[in-house]
Amino acid sequence: MTLLNPASLPRNPAISFISGGDRTIRRRLFLSRVFAWACRTATYASLAVLVVLLAAIIWSSIGRLAFDFVSNTNSSDPTKAGILAGIWGSFWLILFTALFSVPVGVGSAVYLEEIARDNFFVRVIKTNLSNLAGVPSIVYGILGYTVFRSSAAVLKVWFDGQHAFNIMGLFRIRLLKLPIYEDNILVGALTLTLVVLPTVIAAAQEALRSVPSSIRMASLALGATRWQTIWRQVIPAALPGISTGVILSTSRVVGEAAPLIMLGALTITTMVPGNIDSPLKLITRPMQVLHAPLDQFTAMPIEIYDWSRQTDSQFTAVAASGIIVLLMVLLTINAAAMIVRHYASRRLKW
Amino acid sequence: MTPVKLPAWASRRVSRRHEKLIQAALLLCAALSVLTTAAIILVLLTNAVYAPGAKMAFFERVSMWDFLTGLHWKPVDGEAGRFGIIPLLCGTMMVAVIASLVSVPAGLGAAIYMSEYAAPREREFLKPVLEVLAGIPSVVFGFFALKFITPWILKPLFSTIGLNLQIFNTLSAGIVVGIMVTPLIASLSEDVIRSVPRSLREAAFALGSTRFDVSVRIVVPAALSGILAAFLLAFSRAVGETMAVTIAGGQQAIATLNPLQGAQTMTGFMVHASTGDSSADSISRMSVYAVGIALFAMTLTINILSGWILRRYREVYQ
Repeated sequence: MTLLNPASLPRNPAISFISGGDRTIRRRLFLSRVFAWACRTATYASLAVLVVLLAAIIWSSIGRLAFDFVSNTNSSDPTKAGILAGIWGSFWLILFTALFSVPVGVGSAVYLEEIARDNFFVRVIKTNLSNLAGVPSIVYGILGYTVFRSSAAVLKVWFDGQHAFNIMGLFRIRLLKLPIYEDNILVGALTLTLVVLPTVIAAAQEALRSVPSSIRMASLALGATRWQTIWRQVIPAALPGISTGVILSTSRVVGEAAPLIMLGALTITTMVPGNIDSPLKLITRPMQVLHAPLDQFTAMPIEIYDWSRQTDSQFTAVAASGIIVLLMVLLTINAAAMIVRHYASRRLKW
Repeated sequence: MTPVKLPAWASRRVSRRHEKLIQAALLLCAALSVLTTAAIILVLLTNAVYAPGAKMAFFERVSMWDFLTGLHWKPVDGEAGRFGIIPLLCGTMMVAVIASLVSVPAGLGAAIYMSEYAAPREREFLKPVLEVLAGIPSVVFGFFALKFITPWILKPLFSTIGLNLQIFNTLSAGIVVGIMVTPLIASLSEDVIRSVPRSLREAAFALGSTRFDVSVRIVVPAALSGILAAFLLAFSRAVGETMAVTIAGGQQAIATLNPLQGAQTMTGFMVHASTGDSSADSISRMSVYAVGIALFAMTLTINILSGWILRRYREVYQ
């Protein structure tokens, strides 16, 4: 397999051109220059596409993008349709996805990097993770539909029927009043957790790997146990990397539509989860905050999908405005990740 | 020298059981991924191949041979239903092949340019551009294909040569999916290209090679296994790509290889079926699992093949 072992250069037919060949030097240099330009064009084409994409979207959004676009919910009238329901749906989804995926993802990474020995079971987990990362997100949607949504349907029957949960009188009354939906935020967030988990684990592993082993050795040599070493030394040292990686990988959730549509998330709705349509209500309406995770939802990419396929061409501007809001949210999250990395890594130097 | 005062936790005794318990909890987290895979396979198999109990699985009602060779896809309940996956497979393959035609030259060219030609500062500017492109959600590309590429670029182009392009067409879907996977190919290939040792390049330059010779005949062959693995990963990503092809490719399931027409892909059908309102046990709903198992098997096979090529044909240098 030593195709290009330097020791075998003169005999290797793959590089016979070096001894002259039939081409003149001038032709070879010309070819080289053409190739350089071709590669440069290929690279800058990506930049051009990005610019054209953004320009096309901004240009299409003219006519709808105004403040009432983010304060209105969806409507069949393109001049009134807004993305408020989608913004709140995406907010709850990313909140719960982060709550589920960060502990599990970081825990798995810590296990694989710090605790696991190289045995059969660990190799199975690692191979499995790399394969899971390549599974299309829509397949997770099928899993979510069959497992999580069905479980939610069972719960719905449980709560809606005669058997209300009877943990202290107070809870029973409240739970009876909560309408539970089978396509709720929690079901969506659990599904999205499975989608992002392989990426979160990989990002956290990367961060843990960059902590020098001398830190671990020193801690263990001073008598700390393995868990004390991990919890007091390794994780704090890896925290900037972990948080940046985890924020970036969970931000994918904001753009994911396929698994949510598979779950049966609403495409056309004016409803905001828990009826919380302003940040103030997060504080003033605690019961509605409790209700929101069990409420139906839509999300920004789902609404954009729905507007894109409308035949009424006025919806093009609505979809483009939705895309601008979505990209702004992604930009904010990524900027936050950059800021976290910048400030957190200033303290640590080795 | 003042004696160091140890913090309280340092002198606290930690029980062995406590330590073991935490390790077990972490192991459980890691094992969750295996459970996920098992659950995916179980869910797909119990709905597509064999269903326990009174429920009938998809392949208990439609023979697997008809499914794999049928030329008509009409997923409706009752007598009129036809369940041949060939039309969906045609759509998926067309999108993936067009995407590869776009992304392989663009991605490999970008990888070679960034590792062999670009100055460090230029590279630091180009890398984030590709990352931004990779971070744009799929629906956005779907919109871009349907509302910009088709009416403003492809339509005028094809009408000048007298060909009729439909509003929903596989070509625009393939092009945007190609754009989406280009950063993947570029970054994976660049990693392997950069790991080719410098001494090989210097030896070739010393023998009078041009940059073209070095890139194409030394660096790329040396990194070939990694580059091929990147191509395969990108292909499998294109096969599983959903929202962009659903928006741009349309919902007509017809067995065609004409990229100017619309064609439903496997993923497009799955989205379409779940926005409809058929009951959970109906065969039209169960067909989602059958298509899902085909999609899962395809992407998994390509991914495993990619990993195998990477390991089997890797050039190792000291």
